[in-house]
Amino acid sequence: MNIFVCVKQVPDTETKVTPNADGSFIETSSIKWIMNPYDEFAVEQALLIKQANAAANVTVVRVGSVKDTEALRTAMAMGADDAILVEANDNLDSYSIAKALKGAIDKSGKKADLIFAGKQAIDDDCLQVPQILAQMMEMPSVAVVVGFEMNGTTVKAKREVEGGALEVYEVNTPCVIACNKGLNTPRYASLPGIMKAKKKPLAQHSLADVGVTDADRRVKYSGFALPPEKPAGKKFDAMDATKQAEIVAQVVSLLRTEAKII
Amino acid sequence: MSNVLVFTETNDGKVKPVTLEILGKLAGKADVAVMGDLAADQVELLAKYGAQAVHKLKGANLDKYSPEGYSNALSAFIKSKSYDYVFAGATSTGKDLIPRLAAVFGAGCASDCTNFTMDGGTFAGTRPLFAGKCLAKVELTGPKPHFVTVRPNALGMPQTPTAGAGAAADVAADAGQIRAAIKEIIKAASAKVDLTEANIIISGGRAMKNAENFKVLNEMADVIGATVGASRAAVDSGFAAHSMQVGQTGKTVSPSLYIACGISGAIQHLAGMRTSKVIVAINTDPDAPIFTKADYGIVGDLFTIVPIMTQEFKKLLGK
Repeated sequence: MNIFVCVKQVPDTETKVTPNADGSFIETSSIKWIMNPYDEFAVEQALLIKQANAAANVTVVRVGSVKDTEALRTAMAMGADDAILVEANDNLDSYSIAKALKGAIDKSGKKADLIFAGKQAIDDDCLQVPQILAQMMEMPSVAVVVGFEMNGTTVKAKREVEGGALEVYEVNTPCVIACNKGLNTPRYASLPGIMKAKKKPLAQHSLADVGVTDADRRVKYSGFALPPEKPAGKKFDAMDATKQAEIVAQVVSLLRTEAKII
Repeated sequence: MSNVLVFTETNDGKVKPVTLEILGKLAGKADVAVMGDLAADQVELLAKYGAQAVHKLKGANLDKYSPEGYSNALSAFIKSKSYDYVFAGATSTGKDLIPRLAAVFGAGCASDCTNFTMDGGTFAGTRPLFAGKCLAKVELTGPKPHFVTVRPNALGMPQTPTAGAGAAADVAADAGQIRAAIKEIIKAASAKVDLTEANIIISGGRAMKNAENFKVLNEMADVIGATVGASRAAVDSGFAAHSMQVGQTGKTVSPSLYIACGISGAIQHLAGMRTSKVIVAINTDPDAPIFTKADYGIVGDLFTIVPIMTQEFKKLLGK
């Protein structure tokens, strides 16, 4: 069984993002890159299957700048067998990324039985790649998955929707599963795992190698800017117990008279 | 002049408010499509907000959502009408369906836009990236139709909507092959509206100390009709479910009122709630970053402040 896991490298969640000089993207020079947090759940789910089925092969695929291959090495240190990197700018749109992922999977010569991905990347927050990839691969997909069971070729996947309700899907492999937080607890890479990962195969392709050109871009971004700052608000000190009731009453009243919210 | 379709979802037979927000922005220049039947009063509502035609797509296996069934039915309908643009709310269904539907056409999709214009019939939008740490202009290129999802609560309800004809018609639709199908729906423990659609949110942070203590927030939520959220620290500590998490690895929200209780305001949390119209923060630390984003900051202990506030809201609302 061949399992592919799509991962993306994104700025750490604590990163303070600043637009670059011409507003065409963000300043990337001093960013700490991490594996997209939702992709960790995808890698873990693939490894759980591999644990139960030694014949399963887990390949991690990433489209992005070569800068460092942190996300792929981390995934291989966790236990993935091999990796594919498609070299590209970090501001590619979802359609191009999905096409590049498909190209890389096709080029591997392996028939994909299962494709895992994070439900969204926390950089562009598009939530598009798993669905586009599924359509391109002519596979069904279930996204925002918080529960996964596999029995032979049948998958039962729980998709989280509004308000925490769950849609329980049944689907046969091959399929695309986009993972959400809560699906599992991603393992940490062990030291021997990290050492082993250095020797695991990492194939590298250009976008052209996997059939993607500039003409595949569907979404154009410009004018990256920081959101407007809010004017300073009103702050009340209610640490003194004798003043609490008065201050809270004042704030609640302001919500009606000034903010006109309640 | 572009030919524009708005796909609407319903909740208990009522069209979702985000549809009306989108229609308002399109100012009477769009049709609406819905899966299944729609009551006459809902068709009238859509017309009031600008729907020219209301197409009710009816066919087998379309009673429940499925990515394939909905995209098969809608893609055939969109082709038949040669729409240039298709809009939908960035809801659970919209965010899953629209990218797949766009891919059927090999077309682009602008996700989760918070504003847009249609000058000269061409879409240009604004959308947050990095969970709202940054904003960018988004444009679509390549083959049409072009697809757009719009964040609920972001555009706001139009004050004086341009009415449309609202001509309702049934359309025979074919769900085609559905390989991933819903077998069961497990209802959420709470019947409250989702964080992403909530008008008022009360969130608790690490200072909540445990899951049990969220009841003080729930009590206030019941009084003012709010949905309860949580910070990543509270979720990771096991005080709250991930579906309640607000922030970069949770939900990005923009309610009218956001009340942050015992939340320090990590950058990834602020990113997820900064577009809330009015922010109230309650925290014992006067230097907590959350106060930089708060319209009304109360330096104090949430466990004493929140119950007092609940009583004040009761008084104000005559409850």
